[in-house]
Parts: sequence; structure tokens; C-alpha cells
Amino acid sequence: MMTTSRYRGRRQHLWLGLLLVLSGSGALADDDDGEKRIRPLNHAAWRQECSACHLAYPPQLLPAVSWRALMNGLGHHFGTDASLDPQQQADILRFLETNAGPSRGSKSGSPPLRITETRWFIHEHSEELPADSWQRPGVKSAANCIACHTAADRGDYSEHTLRLPR
Amino acid sequence: MRFMLTTVLLFLSASGHAETPADFEKQFANHAQQENPAFTGFSAEQGQRFYSSTHGKEWSCASCHGRTPTGPGQHAATGKTLAPLAPVANAKRFTRPDEVEKWFKRNCNEVLGRACTAQEKGDVLAYLLSVR
Repeated sequence: MMTTSRYRGRRQHLWLGLLLVLSGSGALADDDDGEKRIRPLNHAAWRQECSACHLAYPPQLLPAVSWRALMNGLGHHFGTDASLDPQQQADILRFLETNAGPSRGSKSGSPPLRITETRWFIHEHSEELPADSWQRPGVKSAANCIACHTAADRGDYSEHTLRLPR
Repeated sequence: MRFMLTTVLLFLSASGHAETPADFEKQFANHAQQENPAFTGFSAEQGQRFYSSTHGKEWSCASCHGRTPTGPGQHAATGKTLAPLAPVANAKRFTRPDEVEKWFKRNCNEVLGRACTAQEKGDVLAYLLSVR
């Protein structure tokens, strides 16, 4: 891409990406600069409650059926108690369902409960990663997106903001 | 003006009243008295022991909130950086009854496999208020 047309080109890609997200055919806008963004959403309770222990994962990354299963099992949320009062739980679930992504295949075949189980996630993280990446003290877990995707809280998963901590 | 005041009051009642750590200490002391008529008060030293030890399960308070609660913690499962727990380092702590109730419910379940007693909560709070 020529430098002079780069900005306009990127904008076009972003719009295309946004269309893809809106049409439900892909959660991530992806252009040929390795630019990956998730349309930022805002919902106060979702942001506050879901970001207490981990990044508030974008609703687009799992289908509605997965969010329903997750939100109905918060008392045992991957081994921890993440229970909410029923009103707040219902409010957040409505938001997640409204903005949920397309159905995603998982290795087990059933609806994925972890984003990291989706074939999409596995594919996106299959290249150029040192073998110990997930175990590094600064990362600790694949749940910790922001350890490497330093602007993940703003929906920006582009390579410009990517760094692998020690 | 009256409208504004009403709006503010409505907002406060909907989001949980703002309180101070000392208010929670008083509330826990009232409950502790009810739980145990021989209650004599809270102990920061006892609270520190409670905070740092495991209680039959995998994690202690310190597993996520860090050995020194004036500094940031790191969630033991997800690795997320957590804001400090001690009010001296984080003015938001122990100011919202709904938050305090939610987290004690979850975390006592996590660390002890049961609800905490008022004595335990008060001891931990006394410890958190004693650190500088």
C-alpha cells in the first residue's frame, strides 16, 4: 500500500471490518496490516462486573448459547465464585445476547464456554508464539489478554499494541 | 434544585450508599456482638494471620490481593492486576455496601468454603486499616 493512500485504505478496511462485525460473520475486523479491532461496546454493569477478575471479554467473541450457559453458572465460574445478584445477572446477559457473535466451533463440538476453546482463537494464536508464552509470570493465563494485547480493553488487538512480557 | 437533590438521592440509593471503612467496622462489630456475646473487639494482628493463611482450600486472601495489601495484587487464576485492597492505597475500598457484601460472599466461599463470621471480616478490616 502506498504511504499516501495508507490512511484512506485503512479507513476503508475499518469500515469493511465494522460491516463484517455487524453482519455477524466475523468478530474481528482484520485488514492486511494485521490490524485487528473489536467494535468497542459499553454497558456499565458488564464492564464493571466482568472486568473485576479478567478483561471484560467482548460479547462478539462467543455465541449467545455460550453466554447463556456462562451467566447461568456464575456460582461455579471456572472454579471460582463469581455470583451476581439476579437482577444484575439478567441485565448483563441481555447485553451479551444482543451483541453475541456467530456460533463458533470448538474442539469438543459443544458450544464453547471458554473463548480459548474456539477454533478461531486457537487458529489466531497458532503462529510465532514462543512455547512458554502462556506460562510466563507476566501472562500467567490465556485469560489474561491484556498481558500481550496491551490495548485489549479498548478493543484494539492490532499488532502495533502487541508485546509479549517476560 | 430540589429536583437535582432528588436525583442525587435516587442515584445514591440505587448504586449503594457511599460509606467509610469505619462505618463497616462498626457494622461488623454489631454483628459480631450478636454472633458472640463475649465479643471483645477486632484484632489487626489476628486479621493479618487470617489474611495470609489458607483455610483448608487452595487460596488465601493474599493469593490474589498480594502479601502486602498496600500494593497491587494479581488474580491467582487469570493473572489480572488488581487494585490495592488497603483503603490507604485505594480510597474506593470499603465505601460501597453492595460491593463489600458481594466480595466477602464470593471470596469467603473461595478461601474458606463458607461465609465469613463478622469477627473474621472485622479482624481483616482492622488489619487493612492498620497498614501504612
